[in-house]
Amino acid sequence: MDDFLLHALLGGLGVALAAGPLGVFIVWRRMAYFGDTLAHSGLLGVVFGVILRMDPQLGVILTCLLVALALVLLQRQRGLATDTLLGILAHATLSLGLVALAFLETVRVDLVGYLFGDILAISITDLYRIWGGGLLALSVLALLWRPLLAITVHEELAQVEGVAVFPIRLAFMLLIAIVIATAMKVVGILLITSLLIIPAAAARRFAHSPEGMAALASLFGSTAVGLGLWASLRWDTPAGPSVVVAATALFTLGFAVPGRSRH
Amino acid sequence: MTAEPLLTVEKVNLAIRGNPILRDVSLQVTAGEILALIGPNGAGKSTLARVVLGLIRADSGRVWRKPGVRVGYMPQRLAVDDTLPLSVRRFVTLGTPASRERVREALAEVGAAHVLDAPVQVISGGELQRILLARALLREPELLVLDEPIQGVDVNGQYELYDLIGNLRQRRGCGILIVSHELHLVMAATDHVVCLNRHVCCSGHPEQVARDPAYRELFGLDGVRRLAVYHHHHNHHHDLHGAVVESAEDDAHG
Repeated sequence: MDDFLLHALLGGLGVALAAGPLGVFIVWRRMAYFGDTLAHSGLLGVVFGVILRMDPQLGVILTCLLVALALVLLQRQRGLATDTLLGILAHATLSLGLVALAFLETVRVDLVGYLFGDILAISITDLYRIWGGGLLALSVLALLWRPLLAITVHEELAQVEGVAVFPIRLAFMLLIAIVIATAMKVVGILLITSLLIIPAAAARRFAHSPEGMAALASLFGSTAVGLGLWASLRWDTPAGPSVVVAATALFTLGFAVPGRSRH
Repeated sequence: MTAEPLLTVEKVNLAIRGNPILRDVSLQVTAGEILALIGPNGAGKSTLARVVLGLIRADSGRVWRKPGVRVGYMPQRLAVDDTLPLSVRRFVTLGTPASRERVREALAEVGAAHVLDAPVQVISGGELQRILLARALLREPELLVLDEPIQGVDVNGQYELYDLIGNLRQRRGCGILIVSHELHLVMAATDHVVCLNRHVCCSGHPEQVARDPAYRELFGLDGVRRLAVYHHHHNHHHDLHGAVVESAEDDAHG
């Protein structure tokens, strides 16, 4: 297998593995649009990274956290519904990123690569980052699993039972930011959320427990990466979107298979 | 009461966005006592419960809980997202890790052992209230806070639940704070009633008659009226029946 293909496959698998367990929480907590908003702000993060001469991925993580914080503050105003606020933040940050990018004439930034991913250009360094970030996110999530599940089911009940709600929520947002920063290279900021929620949604019909659903989501995500890359080679289609199409195909196929009935 | 106090609320005031919700509210729950907090919708009962639980902070006044007291809480609503595959057993142990056997015992204590492995989304309203109670009991609580525990439960189930709660107090000796907008069913097992309409309208011991089985046949509007007249020192005219109280709320008293 060619190096670039092996790198693409390993990188994609690293992202898919981490995206599964995080994605199920995004689905359970109905945060799909929130994840999308953070991802949209990723480009602005890249620009900040370039301007401040720090690592673009660090820029993405910091920007995601700032956007999450802005959302929390805006929600306190109570004037506008959350989905409206998210819509404003998502498109404002994306547009700001694009505009800011235009000012950086001297710096070459691969815009299409950031928007839609450039999985076939993943380097060894990228691989270390993807797997390092992914394993870090999974380890932290494993530690937070129980309290995070408790506040997902009922926040106040969990709080009475002694869960420190705010730090847990903050940590969860940080994990989303880390996964977005690492997944950007693979599917691009416009498609990252799909890798989080489509495998998780596909896993629902077959899962009996929260942990089972998380594992299945990782499995489906990994399968989608393999299928998408294969299809991309076979028909010369863009790799990132092909992975998302493959995930959607798996999700759709799931309805044809008799799953566990829930009711 | 000579029993040990578990919770004391003194002259608590709270306004939410400029809107006064609680005014000079005081109450006390001691070990082995059932206190019913009743009042119409919008009277601030759930807010007071959340103050008691430490979920929100009062603007002024004092909320004292016995240091280290173990609190079991039964929230008013629980809606677990359909996308979350969660069995009753997992739900009950989310707050307190426990063996399958122990969970079965806790569920048996509230009469819900049969739903042990059922998904939490498919059980009935009554079963839901019972498993919420089981989750609270697993914590071996000294103080139980039950917010509208009979909500969404049919009339027979309501009796059963109140019997169950009354038994719990006897068996476990915990103090219980029950929030309810209905008076008649609360009365039977209650030691002390606090009637709240943003301030404490009246409070006292429910009369013997409330425990009489014959009384139970009388419920409904007449029963509520009769009881309301029966044991409170109203210094203003407030009926305990919701509709009447709502209209009276505008010219509320200090």
